[in-house]
Amino acid sequence: MSKIIEGYYYCDSHEFVKVEGNMGYVGITDHAQHELGNVVYVDMPEVGDEVTAGEEFGAVESVKAASDLFSPVSGTVVEVNEALEDEPGLINKDAFANWIMKVELSDKSELEDLMDAAAYKAFIGE
Amino acid sequence: MSEEMKVTCLHDKHVALGALMSPFGGFDMPIQYKGIVDEHNAVRNQVGVFDVSHMGEVEITGPEAEKFVNYIFTNDITDAPVGKIFYGMMLYPDGGTVDDLLVYKMGENDLFLVINAANIDKDVAWIMEHAKDFDVKVDHQSDIYGQLAVQGPDSETVLKSVLEIDATDLIFYTFKTMQYDGETIIVSRTGYTGEDGFEIYASHAAINKMWDLLIEAGVQPCGLGCRDTLRFEVGLPLYGDELSAEISPIDATLGMFVKLEKAGGFIGQEACAKQKAEGSPKKLVGLELHDKAIARHGYEVLKDDKVVGYITTGYRGISVEGKSLAFALVDRAVGTLGEELSVKIRKKVFPATIVKKKFYKKSYKK
Repeated sequence: MSKIIEGYYYCDSHEFVKVEGNMGYVGITDHAQHELGNVVYVDMPEVGDEVTAGEEFGAVESVKAASDLFSPVSGTVVEVNEALEDEPGLINKDAFANWIMKVELSDKSELEDLMDAAAYKAFIGE
Repeated sequence: MSEEMKVTCLHDKHVALGALMSPFGGFDMPIQYKGIVDEHNAVRNQVGVFDVSHMGEVEITGPEAEKFVNYIFTNDITDAPVGKIFYGMMLYPDGGTVDDLLVYKMGENDLFLVINAANIDKDVAWIMEHAKDFDVKVDHQSDIYGQLAVQGPDSETVLKSVLEIDATDLIFYTFKTMQYDGETIIVSRTGYTGEDGFEIYASHAAINKMWDLLIEAGVQPCGLGCRDTLRFEVGLPLYGDELSAEISPIDATLGMFVKLEKAGGFIGQEACAKQKAEGSPKKLVGLELHDKAIARHGYEVLKDDKVVGYITTGYRGISVEGKSLAFALVDRAVGTLGEELSVKIRKKVFPATIVKKKFYKKSYKK
C-alpha cells in the first residue's frame, strides 16, 4: 500500500505538487517510486527554466528504464533538489520528502485540474 | 495481459512472491522480486535462482544430425565429445542473425538446441525448412521442458546441499544427464551472468519441486531485470539488442564463434567471410559516459554532431561503481578504443569514450 499525503495535488502521470503560497514542490509519488524500483538518476531541469502543466520537464531513471517526468503545474523553476544528484535513491526512501523541483506558479487555477489525495488513491486502485 | 501471453510452469509462484511481472519474448515473466540491485548483488556475491523456462528447446536426431546442425550453426561441433556445449548463431545468407543459441551434444546423433523465447516460432520454422534436405528428425520440446538457472559463486554448493545434485565434476560449457525424482534431467555448467553457475532442464513438475526447495532454503529469486544487468556488465549480447536480422556476429565482434574454415560450410558463411575480410560497416563497442545520465536502447551516438550509430543497451553499472555504461553499434571508422563520441539523451548531448565491452570480469569455473 503506497503512501499518499492529504493536501497535495496529484496528476495521472504520478507526479505530485505540494503548494505553499505561490510555490509548488514537484516530485514523483510513493506509488511511482515503488513501480520504478531503484532510482539511479534524476534528469532535472535548470533553475530559470519555464515548465508547462502536462509537459515534460525531465526524467527519472530506474535501473531498467528512463521515465519522462511531466509537470503538474506551469511556472518558473526556482530551485532543484541538488541532493538527488549525488543520491537519487533518496526518492525510494521518501518520495514525498524528496521533491525534484520548486516552481513559482504562474497560474494557480491549474490546481483545480489535478486530483486530490482521495481521487489519486482511487486512481491507483488502493 | 493479452490472451496470447504465454506463462512458464512457475508463473503462479512468481505472482505469489509478489514479483513485478512484465511481457518478455511472448511470456509474462518476473522482472524483479526484491529489487534489481539486490538480486544482481546476490548473484555476484552469493547465489540466485532464475526461472528461464521461457527459453525454447529443439532436439535434432538422426544419422545426419551433426552435419545438419553444422550447416545451420556458426560454431563447429564436428566430432565433439558427448557432454560438450557450444555457443553460436544461426544466420541468414546475408550474415544477419536468426538467433544465438546453445547446442548440447547429447549423443552421437543427438543434439539439443536451446533458443531464445522471442524467436521460438521463427527458429523452429527456420530449422524445419532446412532440415528437409537432411536425414534428421526435428523435435520441438519447448512445452515439455522447464528451466532453472542457479547462478553465483555459491551455486555449486547450493546444488549439492539443497537439490542433492553433485555437479562438481562439470567444467564450464559441459553438461550431464542424471536421475532426479524418477526422471532424466540435464544439468549444465552454463549461464548468462558472468558468474559460475548451472542451468537445469527438467519436467514442469521437477522444476517446481526444485524451485520450492531453493526458495525454502533462502536462495534469492532473481528476475529478468538483473539477468540483463548481469549479462551486460560482462559483455554478453542479447538477441534483439546486440544481435538481430540486421546485425551479424561479425558486427557484434563475436567472430570467435563463427568458424569460417568449417568443412561443409554453413548458412551465412560467405557473407561473414566477406565482412571479416573487408571489415563490416558497423561495429559493436563499449561506451563509458562522462556523466551520470544513462544511455538507453535506441539513443543516437554522435561524432562531431554527425550520427554514427545508436545505443543497443545501457545501464548505470551495479558491480562497476555506478558508472554510466553502454553498448553501441557504430560506424567501424569511429569504432576504436579511446575514440571520443557523444550520446544524445533526451534534449542534451553527453560525451562518452569507447572502452572495452567487458565492463566487469567474468568468474567462470573452467
